[in-house]
Amino acid sequence: MVVGAGMVGAACALYAARAGLDVILVDRGPLAGGTTGAGEGNLLVSDKEPGPELRLALKSATLWGELAQELGTAVEYEPKGGLVVASTPASLTALTDLAAAQRTAGVTTVRVPADQLHELEPHLADGLAGGVLYPQDAQVMPTLAAAHLVRASGARLETGRTVTRVLRDTAGAVRGVRTDRGDILAPAVVNAAGTWGAEVAALAGVRLPVLPRRGFVLVTEPLPRRVRHKVYTADYVDDVASDSAALKTSPVVEGTAAGPVLIGASRERVGFDRSFSLPVVRALAAGATRLFPFLEHVRAMRAYLGFRPCLPDRLPAVGPDPRVPGLFHACGHEGAGIGLATGTGHLIAQTLTGRDPELDLTPFRPDRFPEEAAPWIP
Amino acid sequence: MTEHRPVLAVIGAGPAGLAAAVAAAADGVRVVLIDSAAEAGGQFYRQPARGLGARRPQALHHQWRTWRRLRATLDTHLAADRVTHLSEHHVWCVERESGGFTVHALIGSEQEESVAIRAHGVLLATGGYEKVLPFPGWTLPGVVTAGGAQALLKGGLVLPGRTAVVAGTGPLLLPVATGLAAAGARVAALVESAGPRDFVRHARSWVAASAKLVEGAGYAARLTLYRVPLMSRQVVVEALGTGRLESVTVAALDSAGRPAPGTARRIACDTLAVGHGLLPHTDLAEGLGCRLDGTAVCVDDEQRTDVPGVWAAGETTGIGGSTLSLAEGHIAGRAAAARLTGAVPDPRAWAPAARARTRLRSFFTALDAAYAARPARWTEQVTDETVVCRCEEVTAGAVREAVGTLGAGDLRTVKLLTRAGMGWCQGRVCEPGVAGLAGCALAPARRLLARPVPLGVLAADPTEPVDPTAPPTPPTPPTPPNAPNAPNAPNAQ
Ligand SMILES: Cc1cc2nc3c(=O)[nH]c(=O)nc-3n(C[C@H](O)[C@H](O)[C@H](O)COP(=O)(O)OP(=O)(O)OC[C@H]3O[C@@H](n4cnc5c(N)ncnc54)[C@H](O)[C@@H]3O)c2cc1C
Repeated sequence: MVVGAGMVGAACALYAARAGLDVILVDRGPLAGGTTGAGEGNLLVSDKEPGPELRLALKSATLWGELAQELGTAVEYEPKGGLVVASTPASLTALTDLAAAQRTAGVTTVRVPADQLHELEPHLADGLAGGVLYPQDAQVMPTLAAAHLVRASGARLETGRTVTRVLRDTAGAVRGVRTDRGDILAPAVVNAAGTWGAEVAALAGVRLPVLPRRGFVLVTEPLPRRVRHKVYTADYVDDVASDSAALKTSPVVEGTAAGPVLIGASRERVGFDRSFSLPVVRALAAGATRLFPFLEHVRAMRAYLGFRPCLPDRLPAVGPDPRVPGLFHACGHEGAGIGLATGTGHLIAQTLTGRDPELDLTPFRPDRFPEEAAPWIP
Repeated sequence: MTEHRPVLAVIGAGPAGLAAAVAAAADGVRVVLIDSAAEAGGQFYRQPARGLGARRPQALHHQWRTWRRLRATLDTHLAADRVTHLSEHHVWCVERESGGFTVHALIGSEQEESVAIRAHGVLLATGGYEKVLPFPGWTLPGVVTAGGAQALLKGGLVLPGRTAVVAGTGPLLLPVATGLAAAGARVAALVESAGPRDFVRHARSWVAASAKLVEGAGYAARLTLYRVPLMSRQVVVEALGTGRLESVTVAALDSAGRPAPGTARRIACDTLAVGHGLLPHTDLAEGLGCRLDGTAVCVDDEQRTDVPGVWAAGETTGIGGSTLSLAEGHIAGRAAAARLTGAVPDPRAWAPAARARTRLRSFFTALDAAYAARPARWTEQVTDETVVCRCEEVTAGAVREAVGTLGAGDLRTVKLLTRAGMGWCQGRVCEPGVAGLAGCALAPARRLLARPVPLGVLAADPTEPVDPTAPPTPPTPPTPPNAPNAPNAPNAQ
């Protein structure tokens, strides 16, 4: 029983079904109606520092590559590679140091001197200090990916159905969920509710502090392919890793199979505020036109926003919850839930079927956050 | 805004916007009237471009006298500097700020440059746009929207073709058919899918009903005068032609709303003007976060939206024709002027307009239900190969697959899965058709940019100039040396 039919829930459904389980996938809205349908589909290893998230990203990249054999065109999988550029010698040094560390962790990196940047990206601005190419970076179209993974899983999909409680037996173990349209009994419940993962955890009586981190994306008019890779500046890595609630706007610029260039995305913690913020969108446009001056005359057709599911240490919660037998979590992937979905689904399927997970799940333990101090205790 | 008079930005210079502008200006506020067209008038009072030398534009206009009066009053206010008219200003965003609003508009036909207009209040009179439902052949050259044909007639006095068929449903079809005929086209048929029985609740024939609502001029008489055959309860099932439109197939509807077998016949034509009613234009309201009711902006008795300082009037609050728009605009203008000058508006000041508003709204609600009743089964006529989204070339089959095999149950998911509505028009043309085919509700799309904006314009903020000397990426603020890391963060750096 998987709660949430976003990218992560879809991947959990697929790998659990392939491990031989009967899967029901429930969502209160439509398929991919949460953050999955409101983000971009970058599958990045380049923006991650060595550590558990990078290990999950590398595993996920391999799994995405395998899925692409089956579903590649349907999900618009494109192994186009990422190009990270540095504007100053100082940031180039930081970037190459990061790349060296990533290489030790198993990432393929290629240094690109300043005079070779234009061979990779002919329309890039002049005067950049250099860059690093990451051939493993790829892309999918998230909504298509979620839809096709669910379909391939053969799982029963119930959209428009809200989980209102996690049912537990007298021993405290999960026995299913209550929904607005009746109970669904199952010995295991996976919380794949993304940004709303805290609410679903609370329905089972446990705390998981997932918070929304808002992001805007700008989409241009369709163009002939002029941006070949995912291109972004080295500052982006700092933005992603930042703890701060303040606005971060160094954009990733990329062309898409369908023609438009995507410019995204900003990061700020403002709760679930859906109102349009012109200053944020302006900052994205400014960042993009500095990287690719030709974009100045290209029109932005639309802007949209979404809320990334963010845990305090910016790592997802993946695996069984020791506090509630039968409850599993697969949420809190911040700005990388599309990329990390396959690895997450794979690990969840392994733990659901009692096997040893391929990666160490300790850093992703759902109970790693201290309980809030009870205010009534002095 | 150095002046002491408060500024009201009125967006849209059709009947609602004009009525609002003159009412507010008379009550002591400074009005900036903003519209994308070169001349005031909107869709209804659309003016031929100057220099075309139209001798008798009134031949194409109804309520010519109302228009002349409004225009004269506007001119007085313009001369006295109480109203500024910004023509060819395409508003792409209204920004809410402390103490007021900034209206951002691209200027001229190039739309390469943007200006920012500060105001204390905003009045949205952005009107409606045409709804067109797809059918086989609707993308052939020669097929135009009914409103498009009318705009060509009124604005450029160009006759779009020689033999025309006008088809679809709704009160707009009548003036289009008579307008085309008056301009010299042979109108081979007016094909209306609603029929007399859909109007029994009003106990009058549908022609009379439609005629009354549009402006009371004798359309029925004019149809007879121009020998336009009126075919009610019939539909165009297909447009045919190689390379461009040559004919249409028309069939009668049975009691279930399906084309009845054996009734189909061909009508030769080179122009098909088709329309299925109007939808409110709500992009700016949505960007501002105004509450909508279905597809229209919600307003109270003073025409206020739920966003403080934002009023709305005319078809953006629901489709109801020019007279209702005039009434709403007048009320909105007076109410806004009172509020902006610190007074409490007195509804007695606009009692006649309020009475007209009540009467016309209930009339249009009933009428809308009658027109909406037909054609119930239009989606069945749309073959899988029919392109429903022209910008992205998405077929009806693709939409059906997204719903059937991929499990999409709402318009947004269908769009994301098929790309329908993601192109130039951003779904303005295809959304009703796609929603109908998918069997889901026509939900507002939340377009945050009301029109395409060059990235260079976005990047160069006129009010907060971007520092041109900054390095390619805005420097991130340095992290304080001992910023607390999250407890238990395994990879905290
Ligand atoms: C602007 C932006 C850009 C992004 N770009 C990228 C990118 O390039 N690459 C990348 O990898 N990631 C990106 N992300 C992040 C990525 O989109 C998310 O990490 C990912 O979509 C999370 O997927 P999910 O399945 O966990 O959550 P969601 O897609 O939000 O799915 C959770 C689902 O749970 C359902 N749900 C919640 N509560 C209940 C309940 N009580 N009962 C039933 N159902 C419930 C919701 O309806 C929702 O559908 C971006 C995000 C944003 C906002």
